[in-house]
Amino acid sequence: MTEPTLYDLSVAGRTAVDLPALDVPPADLPPDLLRADNGLPELSQLDVMRHYLALSHHNFGVESGFYPLGSCTMKYNPVVLEVVARLDGFANTHPLQDPETIQGNLELMYRLQAWLGEIGGFDAVSLQPAAGAHGELTGLLMMRAYHRARGDTDRRQILIPDSAHGTNPASTSMAGFTVLQVPSDQRGNIDLEAVRAACDPSIAGIMLTNPNTLGLFEEHIEEVTGLVHACGGLVYGDGANMNALTGVLRPADVGVDVMHYNLHKTFATPHGGGGPGSGPIAATGALADFLPGPVVTVDSTSDSDAPRRYRLADPPRSIGRVCTFHGNFGMLVRAYAYIRLHGAEGLRQNARHAVLNANYLRVKLRRTYPVPYDRMTMHEFVCQGLIHGSPVRALDIAKRLIDHGFHPPTNYFPLIVPEALMIEPTETESRETLDAFVDAMEQIAVEAVEDPELLLSAPHTTPVGRLDEVRAARHLVLRQLPAEPGA
Amino acid sequence: MLAAIGVDDLDDLFPGLPDGDRHRHLDLPPPAGELEIERELADLARRNVSAGGRACFLGAGAYRHYIPATVDAVLRRSELATSYTPYQPELSQGMLQATFEYQSMICALTGMEVTTASHYDGATALAEAVRLALDVGDGRRTVIAPATVHPQYREVLRTYLQGTDAVLIGDDVSPAGGGDLAELLDRGDLLDGDVAACVIQSPNFLGQLEPVGALARRIHEAGGMVIVIADPIALGLFRPPGDDGADVVVADGQPLGIPLSFGGPHLGILATRMRYVRRTPGRLVGETVDHLGRRGYVLTLATREQHIRRQRATSNICTNAALMALAAAVYLATVGRSGLRTIAELCYHKAHHAAAEIGRLPGFAVNPHAPDRTFFKEFVVRLPVPVANANRFLLDELDVLGGHDLGHLLQGGGHDMLVAVTEMTGREEIDRLVAGLRALAQGTTAPEDSP
Repeated sequence: MTEPTLYDLSVAGRTAVDLPALDVPPADLPPDLLRADNGLPELSQLDVMRHYLALSHHNFGVESGFYPLGSCTMKYNPVVLEVVARLDGFANTHPLQDPETIQGNLELMYRLQAWLGEIGGFDAVSLQPAAGAHGELTGLLMMRAYHRARGDTDRRQILIPDSAHGTNPASTSMAGFTVLQVPSDQRGNIDLEAVRAACDPSIAGIMLTNPNTLGLFEEHIEEVTGLVHACGGLVYGDGANMNALTGVLRPADVGVDVMHYNLHKTFATPHGGGGPGSGPIAATGALADFLPGPVVTVDSTSDSDAPRRYRLADPPRSIGRVCTFHGNFGMLVRAYAYIRLHGAEGLRQNARHAVLNANYLRVKLRRTYPVPYDRMTMHEFVCQGLIHGSPVRALDIAKRLIDHGFHPPTNYFPLIVPEALMIEPTETESRETLDAFVDAMEQIAVEAVEDPELLLSAPHTTPVGRLDEVRAARHLVLRQLPAEPGA
Repeated sequence: MLAAIGVDDLDDLFPGLPDGDRHRHLDLPPPAGELEIERELADLARRNVSAGGRACFLGAGAYRHYIPATVDAVLRRSELATSYTPYQPELSQGMLQATFEYQSMICALTGMEVTTASHYDGATALAEAVRLALDVGDGRRTVIAPATVHPQYREVLRTYLQGTDAVLIGDDVSPAGGGDLAELLDRGDLLDGDVAACVIQSPNFLGQLEPVGALARRIHEAGGMVIVIADPIALGLFRPPGDDGADVVVADGQPLGIPLSFGGPHLGILATRMRYVRRTPGRLVGETVDHLGRRGYVLTLATREQHIRRQRATSNICTNAALMALAAAVYLATVGRSGLRTIAELCYHKAHHAAAEIGRLPGFAVNPHAPDRTFFKEFVVRLPVPVANANRFLLDELDVLGGHDLGHLLQGGGHDMLVAVTEMTGREEIDRLVAGLRALAQGTTAPEDSP
């Protein structure tokens, strides 16, 4: 059963809001600058609420069920985070208020900067980037500015493993660098010899995701970062998979110079159907001077009884602003609350339990689905949607999981594993849920042989079946036109 | 579970890690329960002066507008709020349809043909639009963004262009020196064959409407693309940029049902023409059918995006501001055709009333740089005292958050205040601001009085 659109539901003359009457004398409007019609739909308030309730029933969130989407860290978002982010003093402060009137916001940001620095081992943090990819671009521009400030203008290449997220090469291009792709070795690590061969004075740096997108810890991490540093390059850490390492290992301690965090992954801010996220960027040593500004600093005072005064300031060699104001502050409030809920030991236990859950699923599922790099994994692992004696593919298994009540894993990524199913359970799932998922995956493997059509035509329980994506791209329909006024 | 894996201890799950750091204890505050955390954060929040329920004349890119109750009621639906990017369309029809409807309504409002699923905020949407123009311009390198464009948008644009060979022009032109956009274009040979794009903010940073159509014709004659930064509330009432020749329209969608939230998360709006769709950054939702012919929605033209195209993608954007686009869609559906027009009219009339009242005060001037131009909901006031002093007085004595200090943008020596008035501003609040400014001016003329 599909839901009509807002424009389908629109009836001329309806409105869902009562607005106050004008309480000042009207001014003259400039007639030649006005439009006849703004093309918005017209609905009653009940129409609006029923419509969006229907749409919410056609969607699946973390609270709907298990969401083992690899590389996305779909952990439970504690609902108290939604309460604190909506506090009047946070939700209704204007970004351009005098710093004296926003000391609470600045103190929160100052503490969060310090905590994120501590978690990764970095000297300084800017909370400006709005997403992981935004953090990547920011970090790469910092690396560029760092090299140029040293007169080192010939470093044009960034090393990127073939297992990397697509945002890494895309961000590299946007920052004006070229990509030099590095293969993975037999154990799923970045190929150390390939890195060694590539390292020369043309290398601006490397982008590393650790654990990598296979869910594996880079076993030669210190050798790799050492090689890059030895040729004058810098190491960018993609913090997408930080949920495996929080409280366990500090990336800066193994040679990472600059890294973004995904607050919407590791620190439990809700994904929002694709955003908003938050991608704070952290750096060590000399690179810290290039962070985007402003950041929050505290005035030094000799009087220990005086209240600390927080203010906004640009780092000395800042690359400049990367967003209009101070980053996605609402997400910062949520991440602050999440870190406070768990403390140091809680964050460490979260990482360890995320790794426990992933390894539990790995050993259970490898009885049925091939695991190409079958060693102790971190917070996620990759198996293959291949079933002996059945024509089904990873996509069909993913779609059939929907009928069993689960969100599918990430599929067809990383690109280096054919028919990849990338599974990340997170620490917030119980053993009962994991066992139920294993049962479903095993049952699907049986169905795949006995009744492959059941998988090939899945899902069967959703408002629509598989959608024609080729048609969507060939016959582009990207909007619905409003009816003519009065029609 | 450990036994199933074949290990004895959680530590055994990390065999490949360097030893040195394994048991380091992070220096973080001890954990706390929900009750304590709510209290701690409430304490921090109370240390701010909230604009909620208080007279507030700050705007400059973030505005206090009415947020209907429908918006947060929908945003609280966890099926929507806790979902990921809708890569599995069968399980994500809710977000996909809501995004398609958002795209449709933004196209109608802007007069454009394609709207992306969202960008981070207005400034990053502008930066992406300029990158699109540089790509389409194929070798053209000049980007004109005059000082009438929001200064922080221009800063972000400058940051984003660091990795390119583009040349950004307009920094040196102050709107005070007669340097509005039309005069900037008159200056020498700016509009030569190297212009990739010209950015027109209308209403501009100082609140005034620009002659978009006339400017666009000149930019097009030189072969450049026209990028218009719009105010989405103004689009309820005024001519859409699409009717005046815009090639790309960007905006910050925060006024559409999104709280100020100290500047984020907001919503980057980007709308353009169908001819640029394959070079457009950001996600797009398209309509299609399933195997039974039922209407449904999918992410489409993914071959432009980073997860397929990698280093040749049109942008690196992945996570965007989907939930904020949902907020904007619920807002637009709620206020609807007549409501958005009424809200824009309320802003216009109240702002003009406030400007007229302030303009009558001796020693004050409204829009001194361009007194005859039409404005929407913001205007400049030149004060007889520094803005910083005035704002301190207004807050301490009258509980009013005054306007934005324009600093030296207009060469007013720190005496220029950008005042924003919306449908939220009551007549009593305007009266209080006017009374405060009058008292302040009288205070400065009294020899014994020091503010």
